[in-house]
Amino acid sequence: MTGEVAVKPSRHLHSKPLLAPSVGALFLWMVVPLAMTLWFSAEHYNLLSPGKTAFAGWENYRDLLTHRALWVAMGNTLFLVGLVLAITLILGTFFSLLLNQDFPGRNVCRLLVIAPFFVMPTVSALIWKNMLMNPVFGLFAWITRSLGFGTIEFFSSMPMLSIVVIVGWEWTPFAVLILLPALHSLNPEQMEAARLDGAGPIALFRYIELPHLLRPMAVVAMIEMIFFLSLFAEIYVATGGGPGLASTNLAYLIFRDALLGFDVGRASAGGVVAIILANIVSFFLMRVVGRNLEDLR
Amino acid sequence: MRRIGQTRWGLAVAAWAIALGMFFPILWMFLCSFKTEIAAVAVPPKLFFRPTLENYYAVLQRADYLAFARNSVLVSLGSTLLALALAIPAAYSMAFFPTRRTRDILLWMLSTKMLPAVGVLVPIYLLWRDLGLLDTVFGLILIDSISVLPIVVWMLFSFFREVPAVILEASRMDGATQTEELLHVLLPLCTPGIAATALLSIILCWNEAFWSLNLTTVKAATLTNFTASFSSPEGLFWAKLSAASTLSIAPILIFGWMSQRQMVRGLSFGAVK
Repeated sequence: MTGEVAVKPSRHLHSKPLLAPSVGALFLWMVVPLAMTLWFSAEHYNLLSPGKTAFAGWENYRDLLTHRALWVAMGNTLFLVGLVLAITLILGTFFSLLLNQDFPGRNVCRLLVIAPFFVMPTVSALIWKNMLMNPVFGLFAWITRSLGFGTIEFFSSMPMLSIVVIVGWEWTPFAVLILLPALHSLNPEQMEAARLDGAGPIALFRYIELPHLLRPMAVVAMIEMIFFLSLFAEIYVATGGGPGLASTNLAYLIFRDALLGFDVGRASAGGVVAIILANIVSFFLMRVVGRNLEDLR
Repeated sequence: MRRIGQTRWGLAVAAWAIALGMFFPILWMFLCSFKTEIAAVAVPPKLFFRPTLENYYAVLQRADYLAFARNSVLVSLGSTLLALALAIPAAYSMAFFPTRRTRDILLWMLSTKMLPAVGVLVPIYLLWRDLGLLDTVFGLILIDSISVLPIVVWMLFSFFREVPAVILEASRMDGATQTEELLHVLLPLCTPGIAATALLSIILCWNEAFWSLNLTTVKAATLTNFTASFSSPEGLFWAKLSAASTLSIAPILIFGWMSQRQMVRGLSFGAVK
């Protein structure tokens, strides 16, 4: 981003009509549902008894906060976000370093590694649930049985971990997609100079590559958090939130309250909790991304 | 010298092992789609088998598969066109005529992405019900285009900014109006960037699952709904599921491979070019 922005506009542009459609659409999208969520969250409102709404004040929140389900779902949400984030960042960095080397067929390797990111989430969940992790016919069951370990019931004995594996498989490619070009943009002369000074691969990584990757890593982490906080399709397909509440996250809990339980009031209160959680995350993301726009100040 | 050669080979082997490992689930599904239903659930799993196309015939003959596929195409193309139509003027104005507020507007647009979909599921569901938009392709297009809009604006903005403003100045000197300048100068110059943006938007809309699972049931349901319907235990036709899944992900996988280098800026909100 160089000086081209500095060219002075030769006339005043009618920028408002150009911007208005986008800004207007996003503004409506943001304000209307948000206001409705807040409003519903303070009402007794069940779709099964239409027309009978009443002011509830804090009751929905009290119900929600005193019920175990919310805390289990919060715990699952944070477990999922934290663990998948760690997995995708560590594996993503490692894969990117490897794919950044010069070896035969590295472009093909790169395509193969990023492929899972483009698979629709319902399909990824099904591949893992049916073909790999199925306790009877799945490939993993056959492998563990052949090795004499017996069968592992992935989705009933460790539902959250199974979801973590699926989501980690889908999103590690995303980290590679962002981190590999970032590595690529590293100045080769700098690396060469360090190498001539006798820096080994570990020192190179620690003092040159890792510092260079920190900002793109922060972006990966933040964007992934946004998606993981409302992860839905994988849970919907693979476990249906169960067994019990074992793999219910915040998104699935709200879905259950709203569209299966018809309790608009309580689901909305859950929505408000989700929005607050996301806002805490987004506060940090904005600061990171905002730095990329410094030259517009 | 020999040690360097050995580490090279070691690296190559490790990288290939990882690449094949990551791709394996997709490959396995792909193989499965050419098996008979019995071979698909065989234990031990069959690596060598007589390939058959019967699953593809079976899937394509089901009228409902084609209806789901049509909805997916309509929704992803429709949302992308709508998002581009809204975003191109906005990105143009912000890239070439930045004001004091441009930075804030861009960040604010990004911040709308932070609103978790579940947080507004209830009001959107009720609004769509009252507006008659539940289970309509148009209703889904509206939602999807809004949800990709920030990414599309950001990506276009980053491509537009690389066009030297002098070129636009020159066309202005020649008396081009703002619309002409945008349509006949800027858009042709940025065709590759716009194509990459469109592809990313198509991919995101094609794979979008939350809204299509919650807002559509039959008429406007997309391939994500179709594949999700296989999750019930009685729907365990693995070979047919594999064929249907392969058909559902193949076009998007190819789009993704084609545009991976350019879409990085859209996905990283300009942090990586």
